Amino acid sequence: MSAESTLLYLDGVSVSFDGFKALNSLSLVMMPGEMRAIIGPNGAGKTTMMDVITGKTRPDTGTILFEGATDLTRLREAAIANLGIGRKFQRPTVFEPHTVWDNLELALKAPRRPLKTLTYAISRDDRSRIEEILDITRLSALRNRQAGSLSHGQKQWLEIGMLLAQDPKLLLVDEPVAGMTDAETEQTAELLCSIAGKHSVIVVEHDMSFVRALGVKVTVLAEGSVLAEGSLDAVSANSQVIDTYLGR
Amino acid sequence: MLLRFFLMGLDRKAGIVLTILAVLAVAVPVMTLWVPADSPFHLSVFTVSLLGKYLCFALLALALDLVWGYCGILSLGHAAFFALGGYAMGMYLMRQIGPRGVYGNPELPDFMVFLNWTELPWYWWGFDQFWFAALMVLVVPGALAFAFGWFAFRSRVTGVYLSIITQALTFALLLAFFRNDMGFGGNNGLTDFKDILGYDIQADTTRVALFVATVAALALSYMIASGVIASKLGKVLVALRDAESRVRFMGYDTESYKLFAWTLSACMAGVAGALYVPQVGIINPSEFAPASSIEAVIWVAVGGRGTLAGGILGAVLVNMGKSYFTGALPELWLFALGGLFVAVTLFLPKGLLGLWGQLTAKLPRRNKTAALPNVQTANQTAGQKGA
Amino acid sequence: MRRALRWLMALYVVVATSTAAFAADPRATDLRPLVQALGSGGYSGTEKALAQLSEAGDPAAVPVIEALQSGDLFVRKADGAVVIARKAGDAYTLTDPLSRAALGDAPAAAVEKIRINNALRRAISASLGALTLMSPDAGVRRSAADAVFKSRDAQALETLNAAIAKEQDTRIRAAMEQARAAILLTGEAASKMTDAEIQSATDTLTARGDRDALVLLNMVAGSGASDVTKKLAAAAVSTLEQKLAFWAALQNLWYGLSLGSVLLLAAIGLAVTFGVMGVINMAHGEMVMIGAYTTFLVQEFFRAYAPGLFDLSILVALPAAFIVSGGVGIVIERSVIRWLYGRPLETLLATWGLSLALQQAVRSIFGPTNREVGAPSWMSGAFELGGLTITYGRLWIVIFAFAVFAALLVALKRTWFGLSIRAVTQNRPMANAMGIRTARVDALTFGLGSGIAGLAGVALSQIDNVSPNLGQGYIIDSFMVVVFGGVGNLWGTLVGALTLGSINKFLEPYAGAVLGKILVLIFIILFIQRRPRGLFALKGRAVEA
Repeated sequence: MSAESTLLYLDGVSVSFDGFKALNSLSLVMMPGEMRAIIGPNGAGKTTMMDVITGKTRPDTGTILFEGATDLTRLREAAIANLGIGRKFQRPTVFEPHTVWDNLELALKAPRRPLKTLTYAISRDDRSRIEEILDITRLSALRNRQAGSLSHGQKQWLEIGMLLAQDPKLLLVDEPVAGMTDAETEQTAELLCSIAGKHSVIVVEHDMSFVRALGVKVTVLAEGSVLAEGSLDAVSANSQVIDTYLGR
Repeated sequence: MLLRFFLMGLDRKAGIVLTILAVLAVAVPVMTLWVPADSPFHLSVFTVSLLGKYLCFALLALALDLVWGYCGILSLGHAAFFALGGYAMGMYLMRQIGPRGVYGNPELPDFMVFLNWTELPWYWWGFDQFWFAALMVLVVPGALAFAFGWFAFRSRVTGVYLSIITQALTFALLLAFFRNDMGFGGNNGLTDFKDILGYDIQADTTRVALFVATVAALALSYMIASGVIASKLGKVLVALRDAESRVRFMGYDTESYKLFAWTLSACMAGVAGALYVPQVGIINPSEFAPASSIEAVIWVAVGGRGTLAGGILGAVLVNMGKSYFTGALPELWLFALGGLFVAVTLFLPKGLLGLWGQLTAKLPRRNKTAALPNVQTANQTAGQKGA
Repeated sequence: MRRALRWLMALYVVVATSTAAFAADPRATDLRPLVQALGSGGYSGTEKALAQLSEAGDPAAVPVIEALQSGDLFVRKADGAVVIARKAGDAYTLTDPLSRAALGDAPAAAVEKIRINNALRRAISASLGALTLMSPDAGVRRSAADAVFKSRDAQALETLNAAIAKEQDTRIRAAMEQARAAILLTGEAASKMTDAEIQSATDTLTARGDRDALVLLNMVAGSGASDVTKKLAAAAVSTLEQKLAFWAALQNLWYGLSLGSVLLLAAIGLAVTFGVMGVINMAHGEMVMIGAYTTFLVQEFFRAYAPGLFDLSILVALPAAFIVSGGVGIVIERSVIRWLYGRPLETLLATWGLSLALQQAVRSIFGPTNREVGAPSWMSGAFELGGLTITYGRLWIVIFAFAVFAALLVALKRTWFGLSIRAVTQNRPMANAMGIRTARVDALTFGLGSGIAGLAGVALSQIDNVSPNLGQGYIIDSFMVVVFGGVGNLWGTLVGALTLGSINKFLEPYAGAVLGKILVLIFIILFIQRRPRGLFALKGRAVEA
C-alpha cells in the first residue's frame, strides 16, 4: 500500500528498553476517518506504540509517517500535537486547579505560541465551540467547577472533551472507560462513534464489551507486533489470539 | 491591548496590594519630609531606607513566586539575578563618582587604580550613562536567565535537579565575583557611591525618591505578573506546573512558556537588585551566596506560594523579623530562621495567605460555588470589552 | 698518591662502619701536623695546608675547616698551637680543634686569628664539600653530594670520584654520580670527553629527573663546551621534560584522587539519603560537621585522660562520629523528614532550616572559631614514590574513602538491612505488605546516610578547619557529585567524585583554584543539561542511540 493516501503509517517500528523489546517491527496503517480498536495483553506494546506516535519515545528503527509525508520520528511532542494528533492518557489528567471551562479553553484549537496566548482574548466562535463541547460531554452545568473536584467519570469525559476541543485529525485514546459504570461506558462508546468519521480514532481498551459496542476493525498486539487484524469476531476466533490473550 | 492586559490581572487581591502600595508611596514621603521630627508620625530616613530594602526583597520574592508558584520551578539561584541587576546599577554609581575617588582618577574606579589597571575594561563601557545601566539591569539577568533556561528546559531538567543546578549557577557566580581580575571590585564589591542622576545619594529627598521608585517598580511588576497569570499564558503555566507532559501533548511548547516566565522573573529580580544597591550603598559578592537565594525562597513559602501577594507579605515579615532578631537577639536569629523553614514546610504548606484563604473559605464555601458562574461571566464580559 | 688515597679509603671504611666519635678517631694524630700547618705561612701557607688536609680525605678535619671558615680558628701565640677560640666575655675559650679537649681561657692578646681571603674561602668550601662526601653519616654525605651538584666545583671532582668508588648506599652513590656529571658537563673537562662519556653524563642527569637537572641540562644545551655536548644535552632536555611532565601528570592524578576521595566521602552519605531514599538533605554538610566536632571531643578526652594513647583517638572517633551523626539523622528523620516524603522541594527547605539551626547550635556551644584537631603520628609525614610526594594523611583518607564505599556497597547488597532498604525504595506498599517495617527502615536508612557523613567528618577534620561552617563548604560539591554521577547509583557517585576531583586538579595549574572550580561548576551545569539523569545513565542511553 502506498503511504500517501494514509493518515498514519507505521512500518517496522522497533523500540527496546535496556534489551527488552517493547515494540518489535510493528507495522500499522490508519486511513483518514477510520476508527480502530487495539487490544492485547499487558506488555504487548500498546502504550509504547502511542508513545512513539506522539513523540514521547523515539523509535530505534522504523518509519512513522503522518498524512503520508511528515516524519513523526523527528518531531517533538508539541509539534506532533500541532499537526493534529491528540492523545488521551490512561489515567485522566485534567488541569485540576483550573475550571472545566478553562480546561477546554486551553485545549481549544488556537495559536500555541507564548506571545499569542499572552494576548489571547476569547472570540465568539471559540466560545460557542466550547459551549458545544460542554453539551457533547454533558458538562455544561459544571463549567465553573474546578476540574479537580469532578468525579472520575466526569474527568474522563472532560478529557475527551479537551481532545475534541483540540480538533485533531487523529485521536489516540488509552482505556477511556477504565473505572466507568456500565451506563457511562455505553455513553462513551456512543460519543466515540459519533466523532469517528470527522476524526480518525485509535482506541486502546481491555473492556471487550466496549470494543464490541464500538463495532470497528480490531488490531491485536502481542510482544510488540501485530498478531491479528480484522473484525472482533474474526480475531476472537483466531487460535493464536486465544492462546496469547483471550484465553481458553 | 496593554490596558486590557493590565485590567485582566485586576482582581480584588490586586486591588488590595496596589492600594497599600499607593498609600505607602504617598504617606512615607509626607511623613518623612513634611511631618516635623518631633511628631509621633515622623519617619526617619533610616526607616525609609529600611522599608525600601524590604520592598526590594518583596520584588525579588514576587519574581520568585512567579516561577515557583506558577511554573513549579524552584529556583535556588534567584539571588544571582538580583545581584547582577545590583552590580549593573553599582557600576553606574561607580562611574558617577568620577574624580572624587581616593585616587582621583576621573575614568577608573578606585579598585582598578589599586590593581594598577590603566584603562577601563570593555564591559564597563557605557555604564556612565544611566539609560544604558538601566537597560543592562534588565538585559544582563534576563540574558543569563534566557541562556540558562534555554538549555535547562530544552533538556527537560526539572524539579530537584533544576534547583540544584540553579544553586550551582549562583555558586559559580559567587566564586567568579570574588576574583579581583573579574573587574568588579572582588571581595569588597562596589561601594562609596556619591550620587545618582546628579542627586546626592545620601540626601533625604533622594532616599525618599528611591523609596517611591521602589514602590512604583513593585506595583508595576505586580500588575505585570498578575496580568500574565490571568492571561491564557498564565493558565498554560499553571497547567504545565501540574501536568507538563499533558500540556505538551496538547501542542504547547512548554519549554518556551517556562522560558518566558523564567526570563521575565529574572528581569524583575534584576530590577529589585538595582533598586536595592543605591538604598543600602553597597553591592558585594556575598549577595550571590547560595544562602541568600534559599532565604528568598522561604519568604515566598511563608507568605504562600502561587499567590503573588504572599511573596511580598512574606519578604516584608521575615525581613522585619530579621532586623529585630539581629539587633536584639543575634544568637537566636539562625534558630528562628531555621525553625521558620521547618515550621512553614510542616505546618503551613500554603503559607500565611493560604491559611487565611482556608479559614475564610470554610464557612461560605457552599454559597461560593453557586455564586461562581456570575464571576466567570463578569470576567468574560470584561475580556470582551477590552477586545 | 693514588695508593695512599686508597689506603686511606680502606681505613675509612673500617672507621665508617664503627660508630666511633670523631674525637676518639685514632688517626687524629695524623692530621695534627696538617692542622698545625694551617697556622703558618700566611695565606699561601694556609692554602697549601688546606689542600693537603682535604687531600687526606679525613672527615675529622671537617670541624677544623668549618672553624676556619667561620673565623674561629686561632694560633696561640705562646706555643704556636692552632686552636679553636670562642669569645667569652673579654677572654677566649680555647678548645683543641681535633680532640675537642678544653684548653682553658686565654686573653684576647694571647691568640691570633688565622685570616682568610676570598681565594681561601673558595678553597674552603670546595674542600668542605669534598670532605663531607666521606662522612660516616649518610645524611651528611647525601647533602654534600647535593651541595657539590649545586656548586659544580671542579676541585671536588677527584674526591668525588673517590667517594663514588667506595660508596655503599646506591642512592647516595647516584647523587654523587649526578654531581660528577654536573661538574664534567659544565667544567672545562667537557671538551676533552668522548661522546660516550658525555652521553653517560647526560644520561645520569636525565635519570636524576628533577627540575634542577633540567635547568642544568638546559644550560649545557645552550652553552656547552662542544657541539656534541650541546646536542646530547638538548636531547636529554627533551627526554627529561617528557619525564617531568609524566610525573607531574601522575602527581596531579594523585591530587585528583585525593580530592576525589574527599568528595566521595562527603557525597557518599548523600548518595544514600538522596540517591536511595530520594530525600534532599541540605543538612548533610552539618552531619559531616557534627562528625568533625565529635572527633574534636574524643581527642579532648584523650588529651585529658590518656595522652599516651592519643594516636588511637581517631580510631575511637570513627564509631563515635558514626553513632552521633547517625543518631542526629534518625532524630531528624523521625521529627521532620517523614512528614515530607514525596515532596522533595519542601524537604529541601526544611532540611536547609535544620542546617541553619544546627550550625548556630554548634556555634553557640563551641564558639565560632576553628577547633584544633590533631593528627595521630601514623597519619603525619610523607614518603616519595618515584617522582611523587605522598603524604600519609592523604593516603589514609583515600584508603578510608574506598573502605567506606566498599563497606556501604556490601551493606546494601549483602545484608538483610540492605535488602529491606532496596525493597522499600522500589515498592513501598509491597514491602509494607510483606511485613517490612517501612517507617523503621526509613529512619535507619537516613541514620546510615548521616552516620557515613559523620565518618566523613572524622576524615575531613584532618585536612580542613573544624568550624561551624565546615559542612557548608561541602554541601554543593556533594550534590554535584551525586547528580553528576547519577542519582541512585553508588558506582556513579564513585566515578563522579573521582572524575570531578581529577578535572578540578588538572584545571588548577592552568586556571587557578577558583577559576578551575568555576569551570567545573559550569561543566556540571552543562553536563546535567545534556544528561539530566547523570553519568550512569550514559550506558543505557548510548545503547538506545
